[in-house]
Amino acid sequence: MSATSTTPHQGTAGGTRRRRRGPRTWLATLPLLVFTGLCFGIPLGAIAFGAVTTTDPARGTTALTGEHLARSLQGPYLDSLVGSVRLSALTALLGGVLGVLIAQAVVTSRSTALRSATLTASGVLANFGGVPLAFAFIATAGISGVVTQLADLGGLGWNLYSFTGLSVVYLYFLTPLMVLVIAPALDGLRPQWREAAENSGATGRQFWRHVGLPVLAPSLLGGFVLLFGTAFAAHATAAALVGGSVPLVTLKIADALAGNVLTGQENVALALGLDMILIAGLVMAVYLPLQRRSARWLR
Amino acid sequence: MAAMTPTPTRNTVEALEAAAAGKPAGAPARSPRPSRPRPRVWRGAVLLLAGAYFLVPLVASFVFTVHVPGQGITFAAYTELLAADGFTESLLLSLGLAAATIALSLLLAVPALIGVRIGSPRLRPVVEVMCMLPLVVPPIALVTGITTVLRWGPEHLSRTPLYQTFLAVQDERFPVVLVLAYTVLALPFVYRSLDAGLRAVDVPTLVEAARSCGASWPYVVLRVLLPNLRASLAGAAFLTLALVLGEFTIASLLGFRPFAVWIVSISGAQARMSVAVSILSLLITWLLLLVLSRAGTTPTAATGVAPTSRKES
Repeated sequence: MSATSTTPHQGTAGGTRRRRRGPRTWLATLPLLVFTGLCFGIPLGAIAFGAVTTTDPARGTTALTGEHLARSLQGPYLDSLVGSVRLSALTALLGGVLGVLIAQAVVTSRSTALRSATLTASGVLANFGGVPLAFAFIATAGISGVVTQLADLGGLGWNLYSFTGLSVVYLYFLTPLMVLVIAPALDGLRPQWREAAENSGATGRQFWRHVGLPVLAPSLLGGFVLLFGTAFAAHATAAALVGGSVPLVTLKIADALAGNVLTGQENVALALGLDMILIAGLVMAVYLPLQRRSARWLR
Repeated sequence: MAAMTPTPTRNTVEALEAAAAGKPAGAPARSPRPSRPRPRVWRGAVLLLAGAYFLVPLVASFVFTVHVPGQGITFAAYTELLAADGFTESLLLSLGLAAATIALSLLLAVPALIGVRIGSPRLRPVVEVMCMLPLVVPPIALVTGITTVLRWGPEHLSRTPLYQTFLAVQDERFPVVLVLAYTVLALPFVYRSLDAGLRAVDVPTLVEAARSCGASWPYVVLRVLLPNLRASLAGAAFLTLALVLGEFTIASLLGFRPFAVWIVSISGAQARMSVAVSILSLLITWLLLLVLSRAGTTPTAATGVAPTSRKES
């Protein structure tokens, strides 16, 4: 594979250490590559294969079809995809704005205690997704939740098991995630740039338009995209919280896999999985270059 | 990340705040001694609101677990936990899965990353892409693929020895298939953590030096490289542990019952206990993170922790 690995005679290389080391280091990566090929590649291949083929149960023949993908983009499945995208976009936007505000407040206050406390808390809370979060919110703002009863939220038309309720819950881990992502970028805005701009006669607005925002933009957009992807892939929180009352693609896939629908829907689940991978892939394709770009300035 | 960032001057602070508040930054930033109170009020309000939003669910959940309407305060939800049906089994299963996942992912990633560093730089992009790809696949999509593959067992392979393997990996007592799936999910985080650690160490020089002194290869890896990577190894292990303990999607859809699935299964009958366990799991995560940051790995932890949440939320 690599040039070093093709060295034919190990012993005759006359002590040039690199040659002797070549084949061994190549071998060291082999287990990892084989493992990902098997345990990740095969399921991935199964998704792609199942999504575009259909098997006749009587004859056992397999034929290529676009039917599953077409079905995954129609009716309730399309609704669930749209619902997921809507929820993810909304919560990513709100979480992004709130995260920037909090990170800004922490970065500008020169209290290191506040700063480290916030960043540690953000690290934990960004991980506080999943089932425990859903239960914490049920205890807080569910039908018999503590806050619901204290503040009579039910009378105000509050419903945790709805699109709005789910958004509020998602913000609980998305906002800290944004704080983690954006704090280094806000830190990285060098005071010198500001001073240089001022010395050249720029107004504050001009500084932001031509220096501040362009430098921050990749981080902001990258953060938004990361939040979107996180919310889009989230399943456990929604599953434990709303069951099926909000149409989300992850819940639809789980339903189809659990056999709660007609037989032959497994392939639609695979097609939905493929849809998700495509959307998530798009998200990462936007995020990774942006992250690299912002890293160039914020080193 | 904090180490290399300069403290913003007051002017920057003012401008940043003004911009964040959506106002033109000109006025406060131009005066050399800007007025202090306004930003303080703004910052205080933001932090106060954020603090309230993030604290209320925690406090309310705790109140929910200890306050039973009509009975007053009781800690039964916590004290009855150990005796609860399935608690120990599911927790032990999760811990076992976590240990196996940590061991497997480190065994796969550590040699590969070291190998790429010292001898096969051309393989580096391949390894990186292989490790980062799982980020693109949401767990729920991965599980659709896994169920499809597992179904092949009975359908196509029932007469081959491979069938026994398919049964073995789905053993109820210790589902190896979960370890494999979790290792896939954990690879991006393990890779990032280890890569950051290796970047901070001059691996080729260390290896050359050790080899020149006559150290054997196992000695170089075990006694020279790994001690230098202790922090990032701990970080990778912690991230994997948190990932496995909280994982719900794959386990529940494959029909196994580790910790997170157990919490959901008791929530109907014992709501208080399920909330109590949720609080405990948060506390444990927090504690682990604190221990980790005390070990001097805050940067690894902070940057590495961030993307975990997308795995299981």
